[in-house]
Amino acid sequence: MEPAERDAVAVDAAHDRQALEAGLEKSRRGFGARLHGLLAGGTTDEETWEAVEEALIRADVGAQLALELVDRARQRFAPGGPEAAIRAELSGLFAPREAVGWPRKPSPEVPAVVLVIGVNGTGKTTTIAKLAHRFKARGARVLLAAADTFRAAAIEQLGIWAKRVDVPLVVHKAGADPAAVVYDALDAAVARRSDVVIVDTAGRLHTKANLMEELAKIQRTVERRLPAAQPESLFVLDATTGQNGLAQAKAFHAAAPLTGIALTKLDSTAKGGIIFAIERTLGVPVRFVGVGEKLEDLVEFDPDAFVAALLG
Amino acid sequence: MFDALSDRLRETLGRLIGRGRVSEADVDAAMREVRLALLEADVNFRVVKDFVARVRERAVGAEILDSLNAGQQVIKIVHEELTALLSAGDRTFRLTGSPAVVAVVGLQGSGKTTSVAKLARHVVKQGRQPLLVAADPYRPAAVEQLAQLGRSLELPVHSAPQGTPVVEIARGGVAQAKRTGRDVVFLDTAGRLTIDETLMAEIRGLAEAVRPVETLLVVDAMVGQESVAVAEAFRDAVPLTGLVLTKIDGDARGGAALSISAVTGLPVKFLGTGEKLDGLEPFHPDRLAGRILGMGDMLSLIERAQETVDAKQAEELARKLQKNAFTLEDFLQQMEQMQRMGPIGQLLEMVPGLGGMAKEAQAAVDRGELKRTEAIIRSMTRQERREPGILNASRRRRIARGSGTSLPEVNRLIKQFGEMQKLMKQLGGSGARKAAMNLLARR
Repeated sequence: MEPAERDAVAVDAAHDRQALEAGLEKSRRGFGARLHGLLAGGTTDEETWEAVEEALIRADVGAQLALELVDRARQRFAPGGPEAAIRAELSGLFAPREAVGWPRKPSPEVPAVVLVIGVNGTGKTTTIAKLAHRFKARGARVLLAAADTFRAAAIEQLGIWAKRVDVPLVVHKAGADPAAVVYDALDAAVARRSDVVIVDTAGRLHTKANLMEELAKIQRTVERRLPAAQPESLFVLDATTGQNGLAQAKAFHAAAPLTGIALTKLDSTAKGGIIFAIERTLGVPVRFVGVGEKLEDLVEFDPDAFVAALLG
Repeated sequence: MFDALSDRLRETLGRLIGRGRVSEADVDAAMREVRLALLEADVNFRVVKDFVARVRERAVGAEILDSLNAGQQVIKIVHEELTALLSAGDRTFRLTGSPAVVAVVGLQGSGKTTSVAKLARHVVKQGRQPLLVAADPYRPAAVEQLAQLGRSLELPVHSAPQGTPVVEIARGGVAQAKRTGRDVVFLDTAGRLTIDETLMAEIRGLAEAVRPVETLLVVDAMVGQESVAVAEAFRDAVPLTGLVLTKIDGDARGGAALSISAVTGLPVKFLGTGEKLDGLEPFHPDRLAGRILGMGDMLSLIERAQETVDAKQAEELARKLQKNAFTLEDFLQQMEQMQRMGPIGQLLEMVPGLGGMAKEAQAAVDRGELKRTEAIIRSMTRQERREPGILNASRRRRIARGSGTSLPEVNRLIKQFGEMQKLMKQLGGSGARKAAMNLLARR
């Protein structure tokens, strides 16, 4: 490229950037309002459907799924107009919600076991603290297992939370075999007559086969030590995650079949739309939503409220 | 998922037949696929819209160069435009000032503390003497985490008692660096749970107090449409100088980097790969452009090879990969080198078209299968390694016995090798690949 040409490109790029930025700002302010206006109007013109598709894509639902949903909603033409149609389509993607309690506790002698798993940095340890706080507030005796023996200071981090929530914690040294930590924690839980054991595991990218195998090993350890237990495997997903969330969930599901999802860091901007693809593909329900940094900031997932917020 | 998309993109483009100039219909068909591919790679919605419009304008009526078909011409334009967007800003990592202050900021869980340790190791290799400063007094054990990483790097870490204001911690760190003759200060700041005004104000105060020469925003490669809003919020609070894109060793395509660079003009300065402290790589726009489009990353492979093997051998490898003159003997040699180079999965992912194989290969390493493969090849004669075609049943039985493996294992290896060669032939023969390689080679 000639120097003059390159300068021209640079100027163009700066201009485009400014224009794009202005557009983004405008769309952020105006988009929710415009979509609501269009949907409430009950008209079903091209503009409305394009706006719906845009809302879904911007919420990380995924472009292909968004196209599919809009196509089906258009054909559905529900009596409530386009808004009802798209809501129905979205709700139809959720996995069935069974009425049984969670986590499962098969008998008074056998503790419920929750393995908390996910990629690095999604908020596993904080979620564990919130879960412990929640179960404890409901009168359960909770025990934590520090099976993230890999990351620097992970054990210390969980230790601080255990103290704050005031629940016992089983630890080994850094670098110890996580399965051995879990084994000891189950021993301790039986001895102490704990109701729930929550296991913190190291964050791992789902593409690392050996680390995924380690998770399977932890699950086998639970099955060996407490054959009567029905261990729950809670997948922690960061709400800012994009389309890669589905690949993550699939890989974790293959290693330690998931029985629930906790969606963390959800707020007014991160919408967590990838969970539709995950629930539809794997049939695993989102059970909890993390909405803030305080111990109380873990709430039960409400599908209807989630769909409403997504379009808002 | 993305592999399927990029395959579809290639297919759609392949159907377009050039007649001198790219027609509007050609472009529209291609643009639908490009739009989907970018969105599925988590490029921001508005950025995609803007990008597709610009490419469309450039592509319609473009002259089709010799040796390319219309589809290839379009993909060439797409790749150029992506690379241009990713080339935003100045990627130099400046360490001026005494000490040079580097602030590392980002959302919770994006990988700030690990990135600080990796950056510190990086500058140590350049002969600098960094000091790490634990400026995150909120997250439980964040200080302890940095202290442990500092110990493993044998670097000093400055921290302050709980309750010390962040600005004081930072000032204290800079003062300690001056006192003890450390020439780079890394500030590990508290993570933000999205856009929190109080914390943003704090980070602003910190930047004003110690005037970092570099303020790097750490971005998780897996982040979705939210990336732009996050980057803008940080940029509005502090003068950012660049990005560190982390967790790129997963299978996320990293569209967030493109979105942020396109909107803010901030350059990506480093890529974070893996949890080990040597997992930090310089950023190459054309390569991420290829990754976002699913075109692979031959050059990164070659560069990584150069760090561990000498340049001549690396060139030879690249030549053989392309010319399809790759024998079992080379395979054995490469296996030994690759084991020195690091995770084989990461390496294979960089080779176009071999993305799917990467996972399998890494799994094989993890299961210790490579050792068996090595034993099998070592039990072959030289001629057998060069011409696997001569491996009849009795030769195979002898190899199985000699290597202490089984006949099915020997058969499987030979079959896999054959498939690999076939794959490489396809890659070498495709015009799109050649075009991409020429493009890459020109930079």
